[in-house]
Amino acid sequence: MSAREAILGRIRAAVADLPDDPVEVPRAYLRGAPGITPGDREATVELFVTRVTEYGATVRRVPEADLPTAVAAALDERAARTAVVPDGLDPAWTAAWKGQVRRDVPALSTAQLDATDAVVSACAAAVADSGTIVLDAGPGQGRRALSLVPDVHVCVVREEQIGSALPEVIGRLDPRRPITWISGPSATADIEMIRVQGVHGPRRLTVLVTH
Amino acid sequence: MSKVFLDWPAFPTAAERATKDEQLRANVRRATHTIRAKRGALAAERPDWQDLRDSAAAVKDEVLRHLDTYLEQLETKVREAGGVVHWAQDAEEANRIVTGLVQETGETEIVKVKSMLTEEIGLDAALEQAGISARETDLAAAIVQLGDDLPSHVVVPALHRNRTEIRDIFRREMGRHGRPAPDDLGDDPEELAEAARLHMRDKFLRAKVAVSGANFMIAETGTLVIVESEGNGRMCLTLPETLISVVGIEKVLPTWRDLEIFLQLLARNATGERMAPYTSSWTGTTDGDGPRTFHLVLVDNGRTRALADPVGRQALRCIRCGACMNICPVYERTGGHAYGSVYPGPIGAILNPLLKGPDDTQTASLPYASTLCGACNEVCPVCIRFTDVLLKLRSDVAEGDAEVKHPAEKAALKAVAGVMRHNPLWNAAVKSAGRAGAVLPTDMNLPGPLHGWTDSRTIPEIPAQSFRTWWKRTEGGTR
Repeated sequence: MSAREAILGRIRAAVADLPDDPVEVPRAYLRGAPGITPGDREATVELFVTRVTEYGATVRRVPEADLPTAVAAALDERAARTAVVPDGLDPAWTAAWKGQVRRDVPALSTAQLDATDAVVSACAAAVADSGTIVLDAGPGQGRRALSLVPDVHVCVVREEQIGSALPEVIGRLDPRRPITWISGPSATADIEMIRVQGVHGPRRLTVLVTH
Repeated sequence: MSKVFLDWPAFPTAAERATKDEQLRANVRRATHTIRAKRGALAAERPDWQDLRDSAAAVKDEVLRHLDTYLEQLETKVREAGGVVHWAQDAEEANRIVTGLVQETGETEIVKVKSMLTEEIGLDAALEQAGISARETDLAAAIVQLGDDLPSHVVVPALHRNRTEIRDIFRREMGRHGRPAPDDLGDDPEELAEAARLHMRDKFLRAKVAVSGANFMIAETGTLVIVESEGNGRMCLTLPETLISVVGIEKVLPTWRDLEIFLQLLARNATGERMAPYTSSWTGTTDGDGPRTFHLVLVDNGRTRALADPVGRQALRCIRCGACMNICPVYERTGGHAYGSVYPGPIGAILNPLLKGPDDTQTASLPYASTLCGACNEVCPVCIRFTDVLLKLRSDVAEGDAEVKHPAEKAALKAVAGVMRHNPLWNAAVKSAGRAGAVLPTDMNLPGPLHGWTDSRTIPEIPAQSFRTWWKRTEGGTR
């Protein structure tokens, strides 16, 4: 008998005492963030800004027309000289920046990425309650390594992408795509349970919320 | 040589040693109190916290009831997405499969994402025997590995170490495994994290093979999920050519939507954050993004044994948040190593006997490593009733088929049961206890096999008069 058959057989024998009916799952938990009236867009965006800021990221609300200068400022204040941009990113966003823009076409090597200071990306969705941005490798986001290896991440979030809480957002995502949920910069609490910001992922995260 | 828990003393012996280590107690106390406060604040912030727990427990119960169906569905979906699925009945089979897969790649140094299952099966040691060096990349797991130490917590394996000890380990060991720590390395946590970042960096960039566990596997889509903080997980899941994920069969969830429950519970309960910095999910392989080869090794290693226990099977709901150890008054005083397993604390006290069977003195001692205060019941995100399982396992050890018994306790209980059933005898016994209580010192040590009781306890003061005598004399307290 294969290991597979043995394990499945043992599982069936182990639960033979239980009724076969599916266990009913209550789902009484909130669909949106506690304290936010469903549909209150301004409160949702404000909560997102507050929560991302609490993680130690820099967050700014920027009208779309001002994005190019806001992106340039975000890169300059981190002293970035090179930035990678994923395929599908609006070229206007980096147009005002004087540094070197590297496109990931053809794909940069890991060493080239490591030698790149920053990444500028869009996102697939965002969650206000947990201060999370979600990347799904779609247009303007690129493969996962782009938002991982460079030390500075500038991410543009459109207000309408921000959902109130996780239950509201998860249904919008396609799990067949590689998905990364980012809640603040890389961190660790492994030394005496004290939070230290910045380990292997980008140590500096700037989120530009635009409308 | 990678360490594993082997020939470990029974809990009382190990605990006696641990409680005398003042440095250890201070470290564990500081860390558990810090995390308790954070967790408490973030759980309190959710008015629907109990609803989330109830949902999580029910989803896990459904998974366990139909685990065969969900695993078959998962296997199909992972294959459709370009992954290869392997099944391992025990640790040895799992280690053989993973070693073989790494050998096929020809690589001799690989990177690892922290995984308690790979600790449970002793994978690092097995790979080492095959000439493969597996480098831990999670900061705490790396501290344990560099210090030739053992994990003492499921979320923060180096919880028993303080910053000065970590600095000393880094200074001494990093250079032997790659980029050395700076000579003037201090003990500031930020400085230590920076040293780890630099030490790991070129390992990530060079690695061709990574081994990981997973927090969740989604049956309906074949998706795996890893929740982490540092980005070492993302590095391992993204940069290498081959990814081998070794996961316990109980980690499956039915649907993608179920994550909305567990992702809201896990980080809040584990580290006191609304969400951990990084949650990654992937389904098989994706062209041009991440590893080209993906293997999933599904491991039983005693889980079906635990599943067959009608009371104990709820332990398989566990999502390894570590909240039960952070709140436990016993763990706080002994630390994790006393439990002799990669799963310490209340979950270890029930999971180890369920996985292995309480057939050796070490494992059989674990259900007794508890005061039954029930604090773990209250913080568990999947509503495991630890105290119910502890009592069931104690009765297994005392009366069941377990080879190891507590003979003195068993004989004593048998004698007491005989006397209690016999009314005149019981009355006589209680009366004589009252008389004895007047002359016996409370700090005396009981003789023979009963000394274990008085080693750590004083005999309670015995009232001069029994309750029955008092009741009779006062007519139920009315006179």
